[in-house]
Amino acid sequence: MSAVVAEHDDHHDHHDHGPAKGLLRWIITTNHKDIGTLYLLFALAMFFVGGAMAMVIRAELFEPGMQFVNPQFFNSMTTMHALVMVFGAVMPAFVGLANWMIPMMIGAPDMALPRMNNMSFWMLVAGVLLLASTLFMEGGAPASGWTLYPPLVLQTGKALPFAIFSVHLLGISSIMGAINIIATIFNMRAPGMTLMKMPMFVWTWLITAFLLIAIMPVFAGAVTMLLTDRFFDTSFFDAAGGGDPVLYQHIFWFFGHPEVYVMILPTFGVASTIIPVFARKPLFGYSSMVYATAAIAFLSFIVWAHHMFTVGMPIAGELYFMYATMLIAIPTGVKVFNWTATMWKGSMTFETPMLFSIAFVVLFTMGGFTGLMMSVAPVDFQYHDTYFIVAHFHYTLVPASVFILMAAGYFWLPKWTGHMYDERIGRLHFWLSVISVNVLFFPQHFLGLAGMPRRIPDYAVQFADWNMISSIGGFIFGVSQLLFLYIVIDTIKGGTGEKVTAEVWEEAAKHSLEWTLPSPPPYHSFTTPPTVIPTEHI
Amino acid sequence: MKEGVTQKNAKLVRILVFVVLGMFGFGYALVPLYDVLCEVTGLNGKVESSAIKEVSYEVDKNREITVEFMTSLNEATPMVFRSEINKLKVHPGEYYTVNFYAENKTDKVMVARAIPSISPGAVAEFFKKTECFCFSEQTFKAREGRTMPVRFVVNPELPEKYKTITLAYTFFDNTETSVKK
Amino acid sequence: MKKTKQLFAGLILMAFGLGTAQAEYTLNLMKGVTKVSNDIYDLHMLILWVCVFIGIGVFGTMFYSIYHHRKSKGHQAAQFHENTTVEIIWTIIPTLILIGMAIPATKAMVELDDVQESEMSIKVTGHQWKWEYEYLDNGLHFFSSLDEASNKVRQVGSGIDPRSVPHYLLNVDKPLVIPTKKKIRFVFTAADVIHSWWVPDLGWKKDTIPGFINESWTSVDEPGTYRGQCTELCGKDHAFMPIVVIAMNEPDYNAWVEKQKAAIAAEAGSASKQWATEELVAKGKTVYEANCSSCHMADGAGLAGTFPAIKASPVVIGDINAQVKLMLNGKGMMPAFGKMLSAVDFAAVVTYTRNGLGNSVGDSIQPSAIQTLQSATPAADKNE
Repeated sequence: MSAVVAEHDDHHDHHDHGPAKGLLRWIITTNHKDIGTLYLLFALAMFFVGGAMAMVIRAELFEPGMQFVNPQFFNSMTTMHALVMVFGAVMPAFVGLANWMIPMMIGAPDMALPRMNNMSFWMLVAGVLLLASTLFMEGGAPASGWTLYPPLVLQTGKALPFAIFSVHLLGISSIMGAINIIATIFNMRAPGMTLMKMPMFVWTWLITAFLLIAIMPVFAGAVTMLLTDRFFDTSFFDAAGGGDPVLYQHIFWFFGHPEVYVMILPTFGVASTIIPVFARKPLFGYSSMVYATAAIAFLSFIVWAHHMFTVGMPIAGELYFMYATMLIAIPTGVKVFNWTATMWKGSMTFETPMLFSIAFVVLFTMGGFTGLMMSVAPVDFQYHDTYFIVAHFHYTLVPASVFILMAAGYFWLPKWTGHMYDERIGRLHFWLSVISVNVLFFPQHFLGLAGMPRRIPDYAVQFADWNMISSIGGFIFGVSQLLFLYIVIDTIKGGTGEKVTAEVWEEAAKHSLEWTLPSPPPYHSFTTPPTVIPTEHI
Repeated sequence: MKEGVTQKNAKLVRILVFVVLGMFGFGYALVPLYDVLCEVTGLNGKVESSAIKEVSYEVDKNREITVEFMTSLNEATPMVFRSEINKLKVHPGEYYTVNFYAENKTDKVMVARAIPSISPGAVAEFFKKTECFCFSEQTFKAREGRTMPVRFVVNPELPEKYKTITLAYTFFDNTETSVKK
Repeated sequence: MKKTKQLFAGLILMAFGLGTAQAEYTLNLMKGVTKVSNDIYDLHMLILWVCVFIGIGVFGTMFYSIYHHRKSKGHQAAQFHENTTVEIIWTIIPTLILIGMAIPATKAMVELDDVQESEMSIKVTGHQWKWEYEYLDNGLHFFSSLDEASNKVRQVGSGIDPRSVPHYLLNVDKPLVIPTKKKIRFVFTAADVIHSWWVPDLGWKKDTIPGFINESWTSVDEPGTYRGQCTELCGKDHAFMPIVVIAMNEPDYNAWVEKQKAAIAAEAGSASKQWATEELVAKGKTVYEANCSSCHMADGAGLAGTFPAIKASPVVIGDINAQVKLMLNGKGMMPAFGKMLSAVDFAAVVTYTRNGLGNSVGDSIQPSAIQTLQSATPAADKNE
């Protein structure tokens, strides 16, 4: 195990120029660590809210027949589950990590734009609360899927303008976060921290931030067009006025495809940070990792219509988007090969963060395989909008993004709190999660191939067995996550009681700067720039 | 140095905000771009929304193409709408006129618009209309029925592989929105 | 566990004497019944095996490493961190594999796209939440919605076991019938929102988009019944608008067409007779349950904010002609039932809403009166 100082210590003193006291500290804070904590805790809370919605979905699908909810509410649940998980949980969690880690990793005292940082967090909270409030409006929450396709979305009741304003708020919040991250990385690096010496997590976030700046405004534009179509008689997407509903899908997926990479690129970054530490080896192919990330980001802008193979594009369009999409497999493959090569001939240990990271590499690759299968347009004519795609994107989001967020939690919690988490419970959490997540999602491949469409509250009886198994997996997965909540609370309160060293993990300081700071780190990270830049990772 | 960073940040933020605004504009620019793309590639079977000048082509008597006419009404559009013939065998280069009949079934004035769509989409650029009721909104008096012609030609440059063309019109009741305007 | 459940399901079916067992579920993509669907299946298997082999290679290496290169076994970490040759190899090989996949994929795509030289055309219109089929060559025209048995079971808390219904949620009142061994072209459009028409056995799905048309084609070799569903979220009852295609030999198909034409004539006859109010109310109840209850609810209470209640509705208890007109032509989300219901069904459901569901206006309307109103609409071919 890692180097830990086994000395009991229960004094909770703070640092010299510490934060304001009480609740106000959290509201007005401009400190990157406080804001990072707020983001992470908010994301964790939303993970459980979105998870509760998923439980409603899996409960209704446990058996054929309609048992618990009406179809309209079911559609609201699938829509809200996706919106909450994407905009309330996964994205904010990565912004939280960025806030905590980027200044420490590049040797800066804080983020470049601290006040904007505070504003972007509270805007996120306002946006998510506004979105949640639509659940209680006349006509119910949006029920047209998170893609909000017209004309269906225009049939939403009173909730439509509120949902759209909430998307605006979430978009502005993400854009401000992204600007802040870019400014921090460009202007706040310690002397000697050249771009090609930055940890992979910083690199992937830099690219992600540029993606966000490019796509969030486009999405804001698309939903604004929906708003004016509904209330101000424009007809961007209304065939009656010379518009075209398919145009919305093009604009949406121009945003939507890079958006899914916004959730996966920082995941790659964290995995590339954790695996070398526990393999006790430098990351294999640092520069090819950077280039592969940039290549994936670039490709994400030119493949959007592979989400729309069945809308009736001319064959030239179908073929182009098929070929372009297949190309994504190459840089993604490079990444997987690099992680494998990083483990090869290492001296591996398997603490909880490493376990989650290995599960990520394996299960993300499975999601990648199904992605490759769906890139083939004629075959996608069968897969499209079935449970096969549901299985695909959940494999790339749950045992990939979410697992890596868990790994990041275990990896950095000792650094953030100065306390060690309980390794036994951590491993229990891992094994429960990794088994149940496969019980949950793997059968969905079978369901999709056998012909079960997605977004349906009830199904033909030949789908009953696998749905029941999937639901059982879902319930176990859901309950298992309470262990994570327990571990987080327990670790903040003192964990195992061991006082951890600055380095926490064996020789971690060779890989990245945050491990040179004490655990927990001082309120302002590097008030004087670090003199030695770790280069083990390159 | 501290000063320097603040200034650099402010400059960077200005640039990035500019990019954000630019991308918001780009979202809107996609609308006309898409229309151009549709007309060029026939994406989605969109056809030109205005009449073309009648030019004469060399008529290819050896080639015969079937043009099918299809009429639809959007939900809650109380009309009768049909084409007088279901299909027509045409020679590329020759002009044809086909009549469509539409009738308002309500006791009020109705403003309706017919949206054309053509399939296969790639044919759209070879299918030229000199006259069509779909070029503008149509106003029907209460219970009024009307016969409306469509005059078209198939450009002889249409690739050999196309033998059937479907021309569809869907009428949408726009009375409410046009009253507001 | 699977076995016991199947046994259980089988026993229930036998107990209810409902004949054929449910279709077996499969783990893999179905091969389907057309050449295109078989080509797609082969392509699917090809890529699946490619993925399996790559997976075995990558995961095998990884697990070998995890097993042998661990600290607890005393393995010392090597310090290499790049190898240009290896990196070039693992960029080139996937590229070659992708090219190998793209070639058959392109062929299948071209084949699928070729709708030319079809022998007959069927127009498919998506509605919330039913399908409309129009045979462009012989003028047959009807709506196809979820069968009554499934519809009863799928109401929230119905308490009826879905296994007691044959082809639960995959059965319709009127299936689409096509001849075998003919190239059939489908033209798709929609009347309200986007839907998607998918029969897995035919090998593809196609979106139906309001205001626009899409095309696809099929040619089925063997007679049989092929089932599918709407696959684009289209609102509340998206899960409840299945598709059933019955492929028949040419002579059977022709006989079916003749039978349909005869039925239309007979229907016209029954519409001209005089109906008693009680008869209409009784018939209207079934029509209401099949066509209206999904929005206005089985008890006529509606859904606050979206679908108005029938009970004490000013339209229903007001002037009967105004109600008929609204139902004929539709309004907002209310579809125009003028062309969806036969004159008898239409008159029956109007009479039922006025004398049932908590209303007691007392009047009725005759099918013959409806027929006169409908006959102005040539598109209003009767569906029975």
